[in-house]
Amino acid sequence: MTSIPVPGLAGALESGLKPEEYALIVQRLNREPNAVELGLFSVMWSEHCSYKSSRRHLRAFPTHGKVVIQGPGENAGVVDIGDGQACVFKMESHNHPSFIEPYQGAATGVGGIMRDVFTMGARPIALLNALRFGDPADPRTRRLVSGVVSGIGGYGNCVGVPTVGGEVNFHRGYNGNILVNAMCVGLAQTDRIFYSAAPGPNLPVVYFGSKTGRDGIHGATMASAEFDAESEAKRPTVQVGDPFAEKLLIEATLELMASGAVAAIQDMGAAGLTSSSVEMAGKGGVGLELNLDRVPQREAGMSAYEMMLSESQERMLAILVPGREADAQAIFTRWGLDAAVIGRTTETGRIVLTHGGEVVCDLPLAPLTEDAPLYDRPHTAPVLRPRLDVADLSPPADWGQTLLTLIASPDLASRRWIYEQYDRHVMADSLEESDTGADAAVVRVHGTTKAVALTCDCTPRYVAADPYQGGMQAVAEAWRNLCAVGATPLAITDNLNFGNPEKPEIMGQIVAAIAGMSQACRALDFPVVSGNVSLYNETDGEAIPPTPVVGGVGLLADAARRAGYGRLKPGQSLVLLGESRGEIGASLYLREILGREDGAPPPVDLEAERAAGVLVRDLIGAGLTACVHDLSDGGLAIAAVEMALASRVGLGLAAPEGVSALGYLFGEDQGRYLLACDDVEAVRARAAAAGVACAMVGEAGGERVRAAGLFDLPLDRLREAHESWLPAYMSGAAA
Amino acid sequence: MSVSMKAKVRVFLKAGVLDVQGKAVEQALHGLGFAGVSEVRVGRLIDFDVAGTDPAKAKAEVEAMCHRLLANPVIESFEVEIV
Repeated sequence: MTSIPVPGLAGALESGLKPEEYALIVQRLNREPNAVELGLFSVMWSEHCSYKSSRRHLRAFPTHGKVVIQGPGENAGVVDIGDGQACVFKMESHNHPSFIEPYQGAATGVGGIMRDVFTMGARPIALLNALRFGDPADPRTRRLVSGVVSGIGGYGNCVGVPTVGGEVNFHRGYNGNILVNAMCVGLAQTDRIFYSAAPGPNLPVVYFGSKTGRDGIHGATMASAEFDAESEAKRPTVQVGDPFAEKLLIEATLELMASGAVAAIQDMGAAGLTSSSVEMAGKGGVGLELNLDRVPQREAGMSAYEMMLSESQERMLAILVPGREADAQAIFTRWGLDAAVIGRTTETGRIVLTHGGEVVCDLPLAPLTEDAPLYDRPHTAPVLRPRLDVADLSPPADWGQTLLTLIASPDLASRRWIYEQYDRHVMADSLEESDTGADAAVVRVHGTTKAVALTCDCTPRYVAADPYQGGMQAVAEAWRNLCAVGATPLAITDNLNFGNPEKPEIMGQIVAAIAGMSQACRALDFPVVSGNVSLYNETDGEAIPPTPVVGGVGLLADAARRAGYGRLKPGQSLVLLGESRGEIGASLYLREILGREDGAPPPVDLEAERAAGVLVRDLIGAGLTACVHDLSDGGLAIAAVEMALASRVGLGLAAPEGVSALGYLFGEDQGRYLLACDDVEAVRARAAAAGVACAMVGEAGGERVRAAGLFDLPLDRLREAHESWLPAYMSGAAA
Repeated sequence: MSVSMKAKVRVFLKAGVLDVQGKAVEQALHGLGFAGVSEVRVGRLIDFDVAGTDPAKAKAEVEAMCHRLLANPVIESFEVEIV
């Protein structure tokens, strides 16, 4: 190992390691690592790969359940959807790259999450995105929205996987750190799931896909560091995605799996060849020898360090069944992919890399994987805010104007400008997507009458107000959205986005949010099967609002028995399920109309949540309603307007009873649904039996949306307000 | 009469950044039988007039345009020529 320099402590610090971590490496190895070895440690011990700050707390999540085939720890989670079929899904962030280069950052985020899913043996069938941007008035926001949206569309559309849903928020807290969380869902056969653990020694290791170049070196460590004003100027080489290569990779991978040649497989994501090879060998308890001269390279003269840390896209690493190398090569050739056997598994428990005829790295695997540092970082309990009483707020002078302002506010305005850039229908199984007016996307399991329902949710202003309640709410809202389309919720993936965990108050948010999410997952039988943690989302010491996004998946046994909120018919009665007390703290009304971000968030009652959700599914299943909308941002008034707009049918809300008009219209009490039905008595009877509060709140008909004595607005005017904000903003009008 | 100079800006992806378009063109050329082709890179040429007579000043101005609009300095490099 003569020609590789030993960078010492200074080099370690430069690559993002702490002095005590470097001391630990030296102690584990009993010598100083050389530059290549240090590169491996720096990425494997990064927050992104090691989860060193969060792992201890993530153990609180329930990860088992009767439908769970594979929980966290693999490339993606796997749940059983009956008939020998499985649904494979995961969400992952690409926050930092998307801020630096929004188009490619978002595009490669989509590519990366798809690889996680087809690596498990599943064909990707749907994509969703949870996006958070800064204040619309911030000069960078417009360019970031434009770049991210076209990047998502550009990649997903070219690969031919529909983008069916998602969510978008704007808040100044994301000015310096946008969030781009992409979720992919795929379908597989339960007896054809593929894993990453190397099954034994002396097996060939094959690299296939695109060539390795010098892209995105140290992406994983970048994802684990705070931004400062300089990092925009530093502009590291970002990865560029090639969706057509990804399509070839999907087909080749699935064909290779079907051929029986695959013993284990892993995609090359963050930290590329390093994390894929180390994780496969580490999980399998074997060793690994790789000859880097055989790695397909895009550029001449790449060093071992660059090859191991490159984040070039659209690459896979597989361990083959011995003797099947030629069959595999035939498949790669047919799909036009670069491929090479670059090494083999060994019995040594070490990773040995050779390059240019010399050994450039010889490390025991354990310190890179299970012996990586694990921190119990100090955390302080979040400071909670007092509950706001709606009676202390004076009502707006003009209810109609207030409603128009809210429905046109950045967080509620129509997302049409965004989703119209996405192919939502390719593969021809999208039954409900962003444009159809449903709380969750519904995608048919091809060739069956079954469908999966998909949603992603988080309300960051609740999490900021109370991380525990906010964490619960994110899970509960995902669960509610699935119930609202009639699906049985199965499991979730999560994407935990927070600031710097070395600050006790940020760590406190993380701990409390995870505890709240775990509590909700347990109460709702909604286990966590995969996830991703993105920390250090800070710029100049300013952290993002805590944003633990939940991606929920549910199952519809009969896709024909589903609900949406665009199915309102004139003459139908409107029924509100769930208790309304007029919770106004941390509400959208408070922020958008009064400019206040205070108060405790609406509390989540998990028992009531469960009862209401089960009841809604029962009502949909019994054919008593096909038009359901959950109540969330903006409360009853906004749910009613959205239902009327999507259905192109007006409605009238009755005067409030027992609550203030403000709480009635804009309160954000949890666990509630608005539904339309013909037979109110039948709904009332079932609600009474289920112990769920049920009130008739209005009637459908006409071309106006009215609330007795409060407002009366034509549908056209509401639609104009709802539809015009985003296109006007994107075309350069003032925020 | 206004005096102007011609600016030519060549924009290419930086070395090391995957050139998806170049790769596609290279594969298509191979498909057409041009076997000897390699290292294809696709860029763009932007050509316009700038008012003034001082080439150094014009060059500085065009470089500012490149940084802010004509190129994506995160992944692209550029060359400015004033004639």
